Amino acid sequence: MTEVVRVAGSLRNRLAVTLVGGAAVLAILLFVVVRNYAAQIAQAGQDQIIGASVSSILDAAVVRDGVVDVDFPYASLSMLSTEFDDRVFYAIYQDDAVISGYDTLPRSDIAANTDRQYETVVFDGVPVRLASASRTLIGAGFRTNIVVSVGQTQDALSGTLNGISRNVALFGAGFFALATLIAFWATSTTFGQLQALTTAITRRGPKDLRPVVKPIPAELAPLVSSLNSLMARLNQSLLQSENFITEAAHRVRTPLATVRSHAETTLHRVERPENRQALRAMVRAIDESSRAAGQLLDHAMIAFRADNLDQQDIDLGALVQELLVQLTPIAEMKDIDLEMTQDGNAAVRGDPILVQNALRNLIDNALKYSPAESTITISVSDVPTAHVRVCDQGTGFDPDEIDDLAKRFKRGTNVAGIVGSGLGLTIVEDVAHAHGGKLTLENQKTGGACVTLSF
Amino acid sequence: MRYLVLLALWVLPMLAHAQDWEDQRMFGVDSSPTMRIISSTDTSFFAPIIESFLAERPDVSIEYLVTGTADLDQIFRASPAEFDVVISSAMDLQLKLANDGFAQRIDDITHPAWAQWRQSLFAFTTEPATIVINKAAFAGQDVPRTRLELIQALRADPDRFRGRVGTYDVRQSGLGYLFATQDARASESFWRLTEVMGSLDARLYCCSGEMIDDLADGTIAVAYNVLGSYAQARQDTRDKLEVILPSDFPTTMMRTAFVSRDTLQPQTAADFIRHLTIAQSQGADLASFPLPPLITELDAAGRSRIALEPALMTYLDRLKRRTFMREWESAIIQSPSAPSQ
Amino acid sequence: MRFLLVEDNIELAKAICSRMQLDGHVVDHAERLEHAVAFSETGEYDLILLDIMLPDGDGRSFLKAHRAGEIDTPVIVLTARSEVSDRISVLDLGADDYITKPFDHAELQARCRAVLRRKAGTAKTITRYGDVAFDPVAGNLTIGDRVINLRNRELRLLELLISAPGQIFPKTKLIDRLFSYEEDVSENAVEVYIARLRKHLENSSVSITTHRGLGYRLDHD
Repeated sequence: MTEVVRVAGSLRNRLAVTLVGGAAVLAILLFVVVRNYAAQIAQAGQDQIIGASVSSILDAAVVRDGVVDVDFPYASLSMLSTEFDDRVFYAIYQDDAVISGYDTLPRSDIAANTDRQYETVVFDGVPVRLASASRTLIGAGFRTNIVVSVGQTQDALSGTLNGISRNVALFGAGFFALATLIAFWATSTTFGQLQALTTAITRRGPKDLRPVVKPIPAELAPLVSSLNSLMARLNQSLLQSENFITEAAHRVRTPLATVRSHAETTLHRVERPENRQALRAMVRAIDESSRAAGQLLDHAMIAFRADNLDQQDIDLGALVQELLVQLTPIAEMKDIDLEMTQDGNAAVRGDPILVQNALRNLIDNALKYSPAESTITISVSDVPTAHVRVCDQGTGFDPDEIDDLAKRFKRGTNVAGIVGSGLGLTIVEDVAHAHGGKLTLENQKTGGACVTLSF
Repeated sequence: MRYLVLLALWVLPMLAHAQDWEDQRMFGVDSSPTMRIISSTDTSFFAPIIESFLAERPDVSIEYLVTGTADLDQIFRASPAEFDVVISSAMDLQLKLANDGFAQRIDDITHPAWAQWRQSLFAFTTEPATIVINKAAFAGQDVPRTRLELIQALRADPDRFRGRVGTYDVRQSGLGYLFATQDARASESFWRLTEVMGSLDARLYCCSGEMIDDLADGTIAVAYNVLGSYAQARQDTRDKLEVILPSDFPTTMMRTAFVSRDTLQPQTAADFIRHLTIAQSQGADLASFPLPPLITELDAAGRSRIALEPALMTYLDRLKRRTFMREWESAIIQSPSAPSQ
Repeated sequence: MRFLLVEDNIELAKAICSRMQLDGHVVDHAERLEHAVAFSETGEYDLILLDIMLPDGDGRSFLKAHRAGEIDTPVIVLTARSEVSDRISVLDLGADDYITKPFDHAELQARCRAVLRRKAGTAKTITRYGDVAFDPVAGNLTIGDRVINLRNRELRLLELLISAPGQIFPKTKLIDRLFSYEEDVSENAVEVYIARLRKHLENSSVSITTHRGLGYRLDHD
């Protein structure tokens, strides 16, 4: 039952993409958050040092003899040494005037007696982190406001940040790679169970409609439960259809049999040729319709079975022999001899019911189209492949139609007057295809047709 | 700073015509583009290096201009485009120039971190400040090995040393100011020594060369904080003088060089700095150059170098300088007579 | 011959019975399984015709009981099913043959003959006429110590003629007997078989006479 299934997307891919995408988003988020956090910490670190420098300078401010002196320690600037040799700028203001340091350093807008205030300014074309603090000095009749600003470039900060960014990026990439591996592992584990279920169901025989009882993950329970209920309903409806067909056949065939028997009896009693003609036509019509109904049912059955091919070992020779026993009485009625030859041990794998049906159709055909007192030869052989060949001594196939005969409802034009549905060879050909074999029609040089069913 | 600029603008026209250089010399062929080096180092010390550079680069010529460290700072600040390479022994002034953005970054020079700043200021010598004595003046007497021994020696016989002690005039010499401030930072004995020297009417000099001349001819018996390299380099004075490395704590200076931000020949200037640093630290013929080499590892005595760091700007601070000068002057100039200049 | 017909459809049973009586057979009809079992236990039948779908049970259970009772009267199953597997399972259960409804009585006769021939010995139905002994089951003719094997159509022709010696059978009756309804045959086709029988009957006291316009008759001296 290899039905075409419309496939749109893949759960596995979707899950994998979701997991990997999530991992990517997390990795990027991780990178951004950690980097920002690191930037804040690094900036706080730099601020701490510049602020300490400002404090140490401001602490040194004193009023001596009415003059402000700021004898700040060497360490005030020494503490600002960095690995990246950042540039250092400072300015000391007394009230509004610069009394020492860089005159052009941007003046911080700072209130009196403010402890450390930070800002980032641009000085000499580069961004500079500036810390400022102010203090009011009081001497004898003397009151002045001192502001100290110390600035530092941010080369070390960016160097540190670049280093952290690199590490965080590496960490993020590692996280992403690991998460991706886990995602693929998780998806393949998850879908492994689905695969196992699929395998278990696919491996079942054609008539196995039992519910799935193997333990399955909770997420699959609704699906499997639906599947089980579908199979139960299918089983039920299959049984019903089988019974229906059997019942229908019985109901139709029994009255037909009654009519036919009456017709035959009546035929023996009437004398007038026109009445006899009518009765014969009636019998023939009954035969034709019952045969057609039979073959239609057979064909439907074969189409069903071919989709769910049973695989058994079949001994073609034994099968043909069995058939011959059943068909001999019919052959005898026309004084036809059924001869069987066997060469080697022809065995095939397949559905014995289908193969028997096909062979029966072949011999039936031969019987129908053979003249009285002729011979039908049935040869079974395994050379070159297992095959059954049925040859008769009838009129043979019309060479123009030989290729089309196996088509449904197609009958030869040279067989008028013989009851047939046209389905016989179609059935045989379908069975051949279902078993990977083929049906060959040919005419013998000496007259008569040969049909070969080979596997 | 504003006043400095105004001063520079006023001074500049005169500089263009006739700058009062201590020395001025052309190297190489006249026709080729000229690279100008402004330096505080005597030409004789630098000539071999310049010549070895020109041997590799015959396509350039070099004008070598010599002036004092303080002058150098002013002249260069006033017209940075006039000069391509700046060389000075005043580490503090050099570092401030670099901090103020006058130095160009040269990324492809590999130099130890302690010997360069911002990949723009490069040290190329290691030179300790020393005590130099006239051997004759100390005949029959123990030679002082530390500052304390020097103080004791001076105090023990003040008459013998009166007027015969020499040191830098820190008001004139940038290097002298650097040595003095670094000494003061390191030990109180600096101020005691300065006071002793002041009480002995110490002579104050602008430059090492003059101090060594006076030592050699016996005008002074001892000089404090002289560049020993100068004394050792001079053949005429080598036998008369003894160079003493103070064993209590040494003050070691590194001569530095940088390329002017406004140079028109950045490649040539960078090549020169590269040549200079290589020749002074790992060149095959270190000994053949008169300049002391850059000692790349600390010796056993633990001679500490003055670190190349922004803290060097501390004593360049106006208020700090004012305070230091006031204290120095009050220590060294005790007699009513004006110091010799 | 005596037949037991087990068939729940009375109309069909009647039709089959009348058709078979036409051939000179005796037919008992059982409508239900229980009757069938009773008949088969009491009566002596040459053959049982068994419908497979009955109101009070599946004919297959009768087959089982029948075989278990060690009665070896041959059984031909009448089936309305066409599925091959059903036919096979019926044979597996012990039926001797089967025939699908609706059926040609000639075919039924042929199958009966084949079944009886396979079970040779159970019934000797030899008809004697003049110095001729005719065994329709074995399909031969004995004249004195001469045994002649008959072909099927010769056999069926002789069977009809010998069933009513002295009676004239019209050609049409003979054609009905010999040829299937599928075949369109001329009335002359029967003459071939009459000629063959005459040849077999040479040197015997029995002969077939032609009655022009009426048909043929079997006579003996």
